[in-house]
Amino acid sequence: MHLLPTPEQRELRSAVRAICESEFPAERLGAEASTLDRGLWRRLGEMGLFALRLPEVDGGVGLGTAEAVLAFEELGRALVPGPLVATHLATPYLPGAATGERLAGIVDLREAPLLVEHHADLDDLLLLDGDRLLRADPAAVPARPVERPLDPWTPVSVAAAPPDGEPVAQGPAVAALRRDGALLTAALQVGIAAAVLDRAVRYVGEREQFGRPVGAFQAVKHAAADMLVRLELARSAVWAAAATCDAPEAGDPDRAVAAAKLLAGEAATKNSLAAVQLHGGMGFAWEVDVHFFLKRSWLHDTCWGDADTHAEALAAAL
Amino acid sequence: MDIAYTAEEDAFRAEVRAWLGEVLPALPPAPPPHDWPARRVFDTTWQRTLYDAGYGGLDWPAEYGGRGASPVQQLILLEETERARAPYGVANYVGLKHAGPTIAAEGTPAQKERHLGPILRGDEVWCQGFSEPGAGSDLASLRTRAVRDGDDYVLTGQKIWTSHSLVADFCEILVRTDPDAPKHKGLTWLIMPMDAPGVRLRPLRTIMGSTDFAEMFLDGVRVPVANRVGAENDGWRVAMVTLSFERGTAFTGELVNSMVLVEELARLARKLTRRSGTAWNDAGLRREIGHLAAGYDALWALTLRNVSEAAAGSVPGVGATVFKLRLTELRTTLLELFARLLGRAGLTMSDLDDLGNGYYVEERLRALSLTIAGGTSNIQRNIIAERLLGLPK
Ligand SMILES: Cc1cc2nc3c(=O)[nH]c(=O)nc-3n(C[C@H](O)[C@H](O)[C@H](O)COP(=O)(O)OP(=O)(O)OC[C@H]3O[C@@H](n4cnc5c(N)ncnc54)[C@H](O)[C@@H]3O)c2cc1C
Repeated sequence: MHLLPTPEQRELRSAVRAICESEFPAERLGAEASTLDRGLWRRLGEMGLFALRLPEVDGGVGLGTAEAVLAFEELGRALVPGPLVATHLATPYLPGAATGERLAGIVDLREAPLLVEHHADLDDLLLLDGDRLLRADPAAVPARPVERPLDPWTPVSVAAAPPDGEPVAQGPAVAALRRDGALLTAALQVGIAAAVLDRAVRYVGEREQFGRPVGAFQAVKHAAADMLVRLELARSAVWAAAATCDAPEAGDPDRAVAAAKLLAGEAATKNSLAAVQLHGGMGFAWEVDVHFFLKRSWLHDTCWGDADTHAEALAAAL
Repeated sequence: MDIAYTAEEDAFRAEVRAWLGEVLPALPPAPPPHDWPARRVFDTTWQRTLYDAGYGGLDWPAEYGGRGASPVQQLILLEETERARAPYGVANYVGLKHAGPTIAAEGTPAQKERHLGPILRGDEVWCQGFSEPGAGSDLASLRTRAVRDGDDYVLTGQKIWTSHSLVADFCEILVRTDPDAPKHKGLTWLIMPMDAPGVRLRPLRTIMGSTDFAEMFLDGVRVPVANRVGAENDGWRVAMVTLSFERGTAFTGELVNSMVLVEELARLARKLTRRSGTAWNDAGLRREIGHLAAGYDALWALTLRNVSEAAAGSVPGVGATVFKLRLTELRTTLLELFARLLGRAGLTMSDLDDLGNGYYVEERLRALSLTIAGGTSNIQRNIIAERLLGLPK
């Protein structure tokens, strides 16, 4: 038992952080953008981010879930836009997803209204229908873009009718895909929780009122301390869940992932809300990037099972 | 990142489990909580049993009578003993977790020789004399004076909240040796025999009705200079060493116990009938319990992280303070949920039917001390903000 990243895993994490910082620096968040940066996507593909867990015989990198959550935490920290989780999960089924040549989206047909993220940019669309996974041509799925998406970096379209597709997988593979989707999203949420904590700590250390940095006030300190507590517990849960997915005989992967998604969602959203508050009026200003993180958190909360769903699953496992 | 235990670790777990299966059934029933003399005997006998089997100071270096086992083995031992409901041994706590490790790290050869073996064997019971009426969260402001007189220090002052001091042989005591120095710079850490003339104890009742702690009055108590651990006026640093031992795995038993209680909570909810069906039919309650389970799973994961850091030879980074804060607050939430389920059966600490309410009600009260003792939650948040996040003082 050793629940810490190995030196190789730390190296991978640094490499992903470096590429995020150079290819999607924080300054870009404030810029208007609705279509995806294909160049960035291909670079993420070249790095092996999408094919990370695909076996080497299938042209993948052959790494585990532990590596994937470390990488996805970095993508979350940088708030890299796009269907990251969907494209990663699509690699076994859709040629071209692994290299970043093709963008894949996923929708769960149980959702109503049926909102497709990044519809206009997608090359492939996967449909989750109970325990079946189908593949559809996004161009053949009539969908109307909403005018004012909540997350400026995640355009969404409303699908007119439940689309049809050809089956590509079913049963345990689909259950595993749902679980992996929840866990990778949880990793993105941990990254968000960390990013907004960094921003809040930096701001309250600099901003002065009453003749001292506002970070010297205890109410502010305790709000920041609670952010760190939420972050570290969520991160621990995500690491444990990933390690359990990689060694399923050592625990219960479903339960571990439910706990991870529940806590990471809470960490991302509550930390983002706290970060807005700690920025004062600046927190409500578009030019300060904290709101992008909050909006993405709210989006992730609705994906791969909301808090209530995972709480119920955890209770049922007792 | 690996969550699976190695074959050796599994073998160690099996060995511990088999041993517990042998010794626990032969144990006499635990004495009532208020009977401290009997509890001392019970706790120290259990420590002796552990020691004889080689588990007494598992994580202590072999040169001090321990086994120098890995932090992972220590975790396994704590997990297995708690799951098997082995005695907790609160009377041994200060000796094993505070005084012993401090003497091992900072003491003289004579002090090590004198105390470490007896602590491990359960022959010596220790208490901690840090807090005073005027010095709690602001521990460094303590005023109990120690004046040098020949080969002795002469102690005068008052300590408070000194747990199980009524049955202790020694006290790790923090005293002021230089009243003119800045408050952190004039303190000294001493080993005080509890039977020294001038030590007077007045038991204090807790909100549970028990006398777990006491006020300790010191009137001209002579403590040999040879009992000083660390240099004169360096007591604050020595005390910080002491407190750092409390972190790491010190609360693992509490965590494992809580995880078992979450399962009991779910069982109780499935059993208690309500107007329609059982309490478990309430989706709101189920979700709260699910939430609680997630919180404990994460604390367990954090424990694994901390233990892995300790095994890699580094001091737990973010782990210890975050863990203490969250663990103690979640314990309150857990026991409040029990109370909600029990309703008016929660009005007594005596068992009704087969509800097990007595224990839950007692624990509901005891939980309130956990966010106070060992540094209040506010103080933990101060530490996180100032030391981990670097916010200005
Ligand atoms: C069951 C139990 C067992 C104990 N056993 C021992 C023992 O064996 N030996 C021993 O030495 N001590 C022991 N203690 C004492 C314990 O360490 C102190 O109670 C604790 O450190 C708090 O100090 P205090 O009681 O003086 O509270 P105070 O420091 O007076 O605090 C009162 C309130 O003010 C808040 N507060 C204080 N300072 C700040 C600040 N800077 N910022 C924000 N809030 C603040 C606190 O959080 C608290 O809510 C025990 C306590 C309990 C409850």
